[in-house]
Amino acid sequence: MSELSKIAGRGVYVAGNDIDTDRIIPARFLKCVTFDELGPSLFFDERFDANGKSKDHPLDANQHEGASILISDANFGCGSSREHAPQAIQKFGINVVIAESFAEIFHGNCTTLGIPCLQMAAEPRSELARLIESEPGEELMVDLEALQVVYLNQSFPFSMKPSAREAFLAGTFDPLDELLASREAISAVDARLSA
Amino acid sequence: MGSLANGQYQVFMALHLIHEVTSPQAFGMLKDKGLKVAYPGRTFATVDHIIPTDTQARPLADDMAERMLQVLESSTAEHGIEFFAPETGSQGIVHVVGPELGLTQPGMTICCGDSHTATHGAFGCIALGIGTSQVRDVLASQTLAMDPLKVRKININGALKKGVTAKDVILHVIRVLGVNGGVGYAYEYAGSTITNMTMEERMTVCNMSIEGGARCGYINPDETTFDYLSGKERVPTGTEFDAMKARWASFASDEDAHYDDVVDFDASDIEPTVTWGVTPAQAIGVGERIPTADTGSELDQELVTSALDYMKLRADAPIKGTPIQVAFIGSCTNGRLSDFEAVAEVIKGHQVASHVRAIAVPGSEKVDAAARALGLHEVFEAAGFEWRKPGCSMCLAMNPDKLVGDEVCASSSNRNFMGRQGSSTGRTILMSPIMVAAAAVEGAVADAREIFELEAV
Repeated sequence: MSELSKIAGRGVYVAGNDIDTDRIIPARFLKCVTFDELGPSLFFDERFDANGKSKDHPLDANQHEGASILISDANFGCGSSREHAPQAIQKFGINVVIAESFAEIFHGNCTTLGIPCLQMAAEPRSELARLIESEPGEELMVDLEALQVVYLNQSFPFSMKPSAREAFLAGTFDPLDELLASREAISAVDARLSA
Repeated sequence: MGSLANGQYQVFMALHLIHEVTSPQAFGMLKDKGLKVAYPGRTFATVDHIIPTDTQARPLADDMAERMLQVLESSTAEHGIEFFAPETGSQGIVHVVGPELGLTQPGMTICCGDSHTATHGAFGCIALGIGTSQVRDVLASQTLAMDPLKVRKININGALKKGVTAKDVILHVIRVLGVNGGVGYAYEYAGSTITNMTMEERMTVCNMSIEGGARCGYINPDETTFDYLSGKERVPTGTEFDAMKARWASFASDEDAHYDDVVDFDASDIEPTVTWGVTPAQAIGVGERIPTADTGSELDQELVTSALDYMKLRADAPIKGTPIQVAFIGSCTNGRLSDFEAVAEVIKGHQVASHVRAIAVPGSEKVDAAARALGLHEVFEAAGFEWRKPGCSMCLAMNPDKLVGDEVCASSSNRNFMGRQGSSTGRTILMSPIMVAAAAVEGAVADAREIFELEAV
């Protein structure tokens, strides 16, 4: 786990409020005992019809191939707590998500996996989405320190949950080692509650 | 416990529940790091999402479902975790099993790799749905890293009208506050409507907190809570119980507690509520008309239009009379004994419409046994329902119970998301169990008060 402050990549805009984790990864793909194979199933039913024919989803557009920064709208990742959703996002090759707001469990799952969730207001976000559609070939530069995305020399401000930003900048977004460091205190709480 | 370097808090989890979908990978993560389960006595396992409800004979017909179950069996055995396997009399949906065994107790911090963990808040617990990496954290350390939550008090006062249930209450609350109205909040439900509810009704309310965006739901523990827990398998008896009861009572929030927000509802405003769209907030009273897409922001309008497109419903049409092909009663929201009792009481003498496939799925083996002891399964079968074995069933379609094509399902579950019930074009209309029964009988969305001639209060 290393420190994360600047991330570069091309963007893709997937429009819609309240995009739930069932849409991000339909339940049938949760039949697995590892997360390794989830990438191709990302947004599967949004991308393909029942016969497997492409529905021309932005993720499958030629100009967005290899995009690694996903932009969406409000309440992204709501519903089921399935970590399969951020796992599929990550395995697909996305490593930053920008949205108006995020559902909390999804946000927590993303953070632990090292996927920063950036909250960007409607105006800069729609302008950014518009620019990406018109100039999809250029890279965005995400700066967690400065809380801005730079694209085509324009700057787009965002906010982050302070604890998540802190964790990315310090490289402690996976909290397990830190949690385990207080083994003795944990044991004391366990003993007290078991009494 | 204390704070972490990034300002989050480290919180001890008194109870950890696991199931086969979100937990097997966590055991793999532990192995990769050379870690053991720190407190195996605080974790309990069940199998619910993938278990078929027709036959549970092994090996399961679906190879991957069988493999997931095997991984859960071997992982729990290896780490000394108690597993409520099928045919033990204790298997069931994780949020039905915890409370009915008395594992869920007031004041506990509880977590599970499942968003409907909010259910346990009905007992005065802080109960959190978590991801698999956090399941790993809890297995390894019995703790979670957490940001503090704001608290919104939701007061609901007054008597519910006849035919209006706990499910209608929570659908109404979500309709008013929105699917993301609860982001950053814990929801505490209070008021006379809530305190007059049974524990099973309170569980239905807390269960769907997550559908309103809240991280968890909570109701103060009281005599109703203690009475429910008295005599449960994992709850002590005698003087030990009395001592626990006194301690549990002390966990209730004070009258003058500070809240970040307070919202008031009048129970008499709540109608039998059904969804028309693809989020639980897209709901209306059964007598209302489906909304039109002419208000709100462009994205709001787009949300209505795309939901209506998906549902193949017309704006401004009545929701009542919308044909259904499938009826499902069950799930962690409405798969408890009282849910089946309520339906059995009204459905006697009625028949499910001939074109409707209707299934009743008890939430656990205990619910199944209790219902059978009362003969409820026969009442359902006589009315044309199939009485199935316990599991999540048609709530999320990770098992053979699925919609086909664009079938419409009247469902007592908790999510009407696109594709939720197993077909990418399947359509879900959420409602209470008695409303599902009414829809099954009518073959279309109907008002249970009319179908079953329930008298007004």
